Amino acid sequence: MTTLALPSPLAIGLARGLTELKLFFRNKEQAIFTFAFPAGILAVIGSVFSQPYGDTGVESNQVLAASMVGAGIIATSFVNLSVSVALDREDGTLSRLRGTPMPAISYFIGKIILVLVASVAETVLILAVGVGMYDLDLPTAPGKWLTFAWVFVLSVVSCSLIGIFTASLAKSASSASAVANLPYVGLQFISGVYMNPITWLPTGMVTVASFFPIKWSAQGFRSVFLPDSMMKYEMAGTWELGKTSLVLGAWCVVGLVLCLMTFRWSNTRR
Amino acid sequence: MTAIRIRGLRKAYPKIQAVAGIDLDIERGEVFALLGPNGAGKTTTVEILEGHRKRDDGTVSVLGEDPGSAGRAWRARIGMVLQTATDAAELSVRETVRHFARYYPRPRQPEEVIELCGLREKAGARVKGLSGGQRRRLDVALGIIGTPELLFLDEPTTGFDPEARRQFWSLIQKLAADGTTIVLTTHYLEEAEALADRVAVIAKGAVVAQGAPGELGGRSQREAVVRWFDRNGEQSVRTPTPTKLIGELSSGGGELAGLTVTRPSLEDVYLDLVGEAR
Repeated sequence: MTTLALPSPLAIGLARGLTELKLFFRNKEQAIFTFAFPAGILAVIGSVFSQPYGDTGVESNQVLAASMVGAGIIATSFVNLSVSVALDREDGTLSRLRGTPMPAISYFIGKIILVLVASVAETVLILAVGVGMYDLDLPTAPGKWLTFAWVFVLSVVSCSLIGIFTASLAKSASSASAVANLPYVGLQFISGVYMNPITWLPTGMVTVASFFPIKWSAQGFRSVFLPDSMMKYEMAGTWELGKTSLVLGAWCVVGLVLCLMTFRWSNTRR
Repeated sequence: MTAIRIRGLRKAYPKIQAVAGIDLDIERGEVFALLGPNGAGKTTTVEILEGHRKRDDGTVSVLGEDPGSAGRAWRARIGMVLQTATDAAELSVRETVRHFARYYPRPRQPEEVIELCGLREKAGARVKGLSGGQRRRLDVALGIIGTPELLFLDEPTTGFDPEARRQFWSLIQKLAADGTTIVLTTHYLEEAEALADRVAVIAKGAVVAQGAPGELGGRSQREAVVRWFDRNGEQSVRTPTPTKLIGELSSGGGELAGLTVTRPSLEDVYLDLVGEAR
């Protein structure tokens, strides 16, 4: 028996990433609901309703656009993975993969590529709507883009991990969609994404929202795309970047632990 | 050489003892069929052999390794065709086969596998548009893309029309001729008879009989029924010595109209065996 070298986990992971992207963008339901929906919401709400924020020169639809960057990547990470991992379990993808020499890490590399590409594309789409329709200014200062980078990475990583955990909680792919979308939409309302400024909302509501990533992700992106004069419309009167990194970082750790404790390859009992 | 060796295999679920002490040896190059009613423990046994399920007790060796702890190199030598998968709906047949080829150290040529599995005309079609039989042939294509030494087929032709089943059988026969060891579970006795070198009948989690399909349960030693037509209509005689009887009947050199010699079918033997186990 000749022993030939197995393909590297990274090479298989890259091939899986390409396949995941094909499956995601060819599935019309997923492409529309997960990918186009946040941009669509932004285009509709922002154009029917907008008002200036005092003497800041900022319009409320620009605030919405900045917050929607956060909400959009949570759709392409959290909602996307909750549904797609549950679907992989239900339709036999995971069982089949388990019978091949593909290592588990390659499956996750594929999902990471899917989420990263979809999230970058989502961000570009949201910003295109924000800049094209509402004259949102993209920042020029490198420091702002540095903030953008870490808020983006921490949001995507934490929400991806929570998404994989949610897929494990769900009994089927269709229930995963409900289990993911309910908190996703609900948290957008109480996190001041749709209704701004966030200071309009009852304090108790925002306190609840503050336990979850959406509030901090949206706030982080507001700090990137809005002038500092807008800080006074935040709950704390500042951008709270330190606290943002702590909450999102904590969710990365909690999400990873939950994933490792609950991930399973099939719906049947072993 | 032994491909699979099972001793004292046991597996219980909360409400049922699915596998209650199975011993089996399957040789390299053999086509081996596991027969049995639903819930007999066939699929559980195969899933344990594939490393998809944990066993409670017993020893299992598949291609020299314990499936419970074997790694990637072992899985590269094995092909698995599971029951019911509906994945990869939005990929084309060719994309799917090519993608799976990348998992293996020495894959077959994707185009050859597509051809072998009779999917050439569907190579560019999305998987979601395939018929049940085509879908199942794609499952087999993905099972054999890595050039496996051992192939597991779990109820591969359920829901096939007769023509699709015949095509599928000839595909399995080609693979067997290339030296692939094949383990299949099936409900169809004529399928086991057409394909398998040996069969084992499993009932209530235990092997109740095993052997070549023609010899199972003493089938070849059972009395035969000789039927023919004469002036008085159809004649039928049950006898342990059909050759002798036919010699006597045709001693005048005359042709016997409608002569048949039948032994109990595999189905008769099977139903006896499974019935006894109930």
